[in-house]
Amino acid sequence: MTALLTIIVLVFITVAIWQMVKIFDLANANIENSQVANDKDNRVNGYLMLGFLAFIYIITIVCFVKWGDLPLMSNSASAHGPEIDNLMIISMALIFFVQIVTQFLLHYFAFKYKGEKGRKALFYADNDKLEAIWTIIPVITLAGLIIYGLFTWSDIMFVDEDEDTIVIELYAQQFNWKARYAGEDNVLGKANVRLINLDNANILGVDESDTYAQDDIITTELHLPVGRPILFKMRSQDVLHSAYMPHFRAQMNCVPGMITQFGFTPTVTTADMRQTPEIIAKVENINKIRSEKSKTLIAKGEDALEPYEFDYLLLCNKICGKSHYNMQMKIIVESQEDYDAWISEQKLFKNSLVQN
Amino acid sequence: MSAHANTLDHDDHGHHHKETFVTKYIFSQDHKMIAKQYLITGTIMGVIGVIMSLMIRMQIAWPEEPNVIFEALLGKWAPNGVMDADIYLALVTIHGTIMVFFVLTAGLSGTFSNLLIPLQIGARDMASGFLNMLSYWMFFLSSVIMVISLFVEAGPAAAGWTIYPPLSALPMAQGGSGMGMTLWLVSMAIFIASSLLGSLNYIVTVINLRTKGMSMTRLPLTIWAFLVTAIIGVVSFPVLLSAALLLIMDRTFGTSFFLSDIFIQGEVLHYQGGSPVLFEHLFWFLGHPEVYIVILPAMGLVSEIIATNSRKPIFGYRAMVAAILAIAFLSTIVWGHHMFVSGMNPFLGSVFTFTTLLIAIPSAIKAFNWITTIWKGNLQFNPAMLFSLGLVSTFITGGLTGIILGDSALDINVHDTYFVVAHFHLVMGISALYGMFAGIYHWFPKMFKRMLNKNLGYIHFWITAICAYGVFFPMHFIGMAGLPRRYYTNSNFPLFDDLQNVNVIITIFAVIGGIAQLVFLWNFFYSIFYGKKTVQNPWRSNTLEWTAPIEHIHGNWDGEIPHVYRWAYDYSKPGHEDDFVPQNIPLKEGEEELQH
Repeated sequence: MTALLTIIVLVFITVAIWQMVKIFDLANANIENSQVANDKDNRVNGYLMLGFLAFIYIITIVCFVKWGDLPLMSNSASAHGPEIDNLMIISMALIFFVQIVTQFLLHYFAFKYKGEKGRKALFYADNDKLEAIWTIIPVITLAGLIIYGLFTWSDIMFVDEDEDTIVIELYAQQFNWKARYAGEDNVLGKANVRLINLDNANILGVDESDTYAQDDIITTELHLPVGRPILFKMRSQDVLHSAYMPHFRAQMNCVPGMITQFGFTPTVTTADMRQTPEIIAKVENINKIRSEKSKTLIAKGEDALEPYEFDYLLLCNKICGKSHYNMQMKIIVESQEDYDAWISEQKLFKNSLVQN
Repeated sequence: MSAHANTLDHDDHGHHHKETFVTKYIFSQDHKMIAKQYLITGTIMGVIGVIMSLMIRMQIAWPEEPNVIFEALLGKWAPNGVMDADIYLALVTIHGTIMVFFVLTAGLSGTFSNLLIPLQIGARDMASGFLNMLSYWMFFLSSVIMVISLFVEAGPAAAGWTIYPPLSALPMAQGGSGMGMTLWLVSMAIFIASSLLGSLNYIVTVINLRTKGMSMTRLPLTIWAFLVTAIIGVVSFPVLLSAALLLIMDRTFGTSFFLSDIFIQGEVLHYQGGSPVLFEHLFWFLGHPEVYIVILPAMGLVSEIIATNSRKPIFGYRAMVAAILAIAFLSTIVWGHHMFVSGMNPFLGSVFTFTTLLIAIPSAIKAFNWITTIWKGNLQFNPAMLFSLGLVSTFITGGLTGIILGDSALDINVHDTYFVVAHFHLVMGISALYGMFAGIYHWFPKMFKRMLNKNLGYIHFWITAICAYGVFFPMHFIGMAGLPRRYYTNSNFPLFDDLQNVNVIITIFAVIGGIAQLVFLWNFFYSIFYGKKTVQNPWRSNTLEWTAPIEHIHGNWDGEIPHVYRWAYDYSKPGHEDDFVPQNIPLKEGEEELQH
């Protein structure tokens, strides 16, 4: 019914517009070239240009005020996170400034120099000095940004593996994640999808004869000790996936046939993050939305939504098939003691195999 | 050059040999008719692409709710009006493919290169009318195959428009990777052949068939843009063709170019030693230049329209040409910025960051030169002018966020999020579409001998302009909040629940903007038949196409081809009565030509 009403309203609006246009046209029917802009069109559109400038400014302000301080932009939970966030803020400030100025010039000039019959434009074809200025300024600015960006990039991507580093494999398949810890020896056992043997539950294709593999630990939840450097080795068994951990400013594709890597140091435990004012406010807001939604669900006789509690997440961020939208794994950052306690409860690879 | 022009002079009089309906309207070798064929085909594909985008948006905004539109259009893919997850990915894929290749490459470049190259350089027709016809019909064939692929039993291609293997290579990984993907690849292979035929023709025509006096430095910027676009196409499209052929080999003949070590649905596949990253390199070696293939012609059209409607010379002609050449060169060495987190060596990431951010320099020059062109002008706000200024606005807004995405360190966290979607839709999607609209409004009288209705044009522009910002500006922010693109629904992530209202706002803007295009479609098809008749040079423009008679004749000009005595931008030149001096008017005694 609403759809029908909407369609009827739209039809009426269309007819109204069409009729108005007809009237405009009839008024100009005898003028040659009536479909070329005249002074009145120039005036009206000149003012609309100013109005449009205001619209751009308003939408910019609204977006920044309402959604500009989303926690993901500020609360990073990794050692390198603040580096990226600083670079982001500097770039954003620069963009913001250029955007405001250039849009102003464009739309203001459009308004100011709207055409009038009889006026002649300025014949002005070239000015080398002016063009040199607006070539050199971007060159200098970009040189700064490039250098800053490259240093940040190198810091993040070229990871030094030292004794303290924990090596973890992230294993992707349609449509879930597994993690494999290197265990006591901190060396991952060899693995290849050709060694997968579903009969004895060797689901990741770990080499059963490799001595390094015996103490590996395979889990479906990712636990990380706070303050320890982590080196992730990514594998995929079927198609491309991407391990995206937005809170840690981390992302790397998982590519079948090769091992990719990304390293970072988590700095804030899940428990601490839940206590930050931004996250408290965010969770509160989300739960308000969810309880509103639950009301309509209950009215329809369905189950209410569960209240949301903050957790770090690993998401798949490379199109991977039907259930791409639901390929996730929970990440828990905890103290070293909690981590040690958790990992000691997990089954070692050699004990996880089913003996026939 | 002149010898060639002379021979054409002799055999040009098309009215001597009789034209049948088939040779005139269907298998025409006349560039003006071929341009119209491209435009109409591109428009139809555009309608399909836009309807898909609206369905995508409605699905994102109201994921669980049954929708009568889905039920009506998607049939078995939307039982009870609830969209299937596979068809969502297919819509995303085909929307991207159609808009990038069929609308903004063939529809835009094909239409205006064909229409304007011979007319603006003073040639009787393209260098090879036959190749030109072949190019259009191959494009038509590839369009038909692409549309047919929508009706395949297991669904159309659904691996994203980038069709990364293994997803696109293995039918067991995704339904759409069976027959749907085969048809996609065949369609694209034919499309690429068509594009190459067109590009070669454009290059040869511009280089060889310029009329007397039309030196390279007197070419309108439109022609410069078309020429350079064609060169980029010839350099990069064959690489995509090779990628597509190798992918066909992997899919059909069991080779392992892109595949290795795969375990899927309980079995190990035989592939060994290939790499999906290789495919990404090959794909983006075209994929990135492709965005310039899309935007450069739009920029060329807009430069011409802004100068004409400002009644002022384009500011910094030489710098504009240099910027086009610089963008073209840089565009072929930046493809890796799509692959910062693909697993390639991080050092390569550094190199690509460097080259990528350099593109901001020629882009900035272009933007500033356009702004200076309108400064102290006498702006005539024809609909074409509005769309041109719209392009400058969206190109700046969308281009600036490229500084973030091109920076490898920042890309880590916004890669493949809605931030990217917002960026490229503004900078090459909306901008190129504005360029195309501007071109249609401006050259419609040349194509169809009638004028488009300007008031409908104003309505079309202002609604579109507001909706374009309303859709894509807020989208940056949900991207920065970490929302990945290509998710069928976000309801499995309570983390993103607070972004749902933004998505609803975006969708409302998108639907209004989509409906506003009906105003254009009506105006377009109505005016072809009933629009007001045009005068010969309605916009009082300098370029040669407006010296040709309104009535289309094979060979473009009755009698001799006009000679050229000046550049295309003598608007409001002191010492002249009128505020425009067409290129075929000789210099007055004592008049100085600007040296370029």
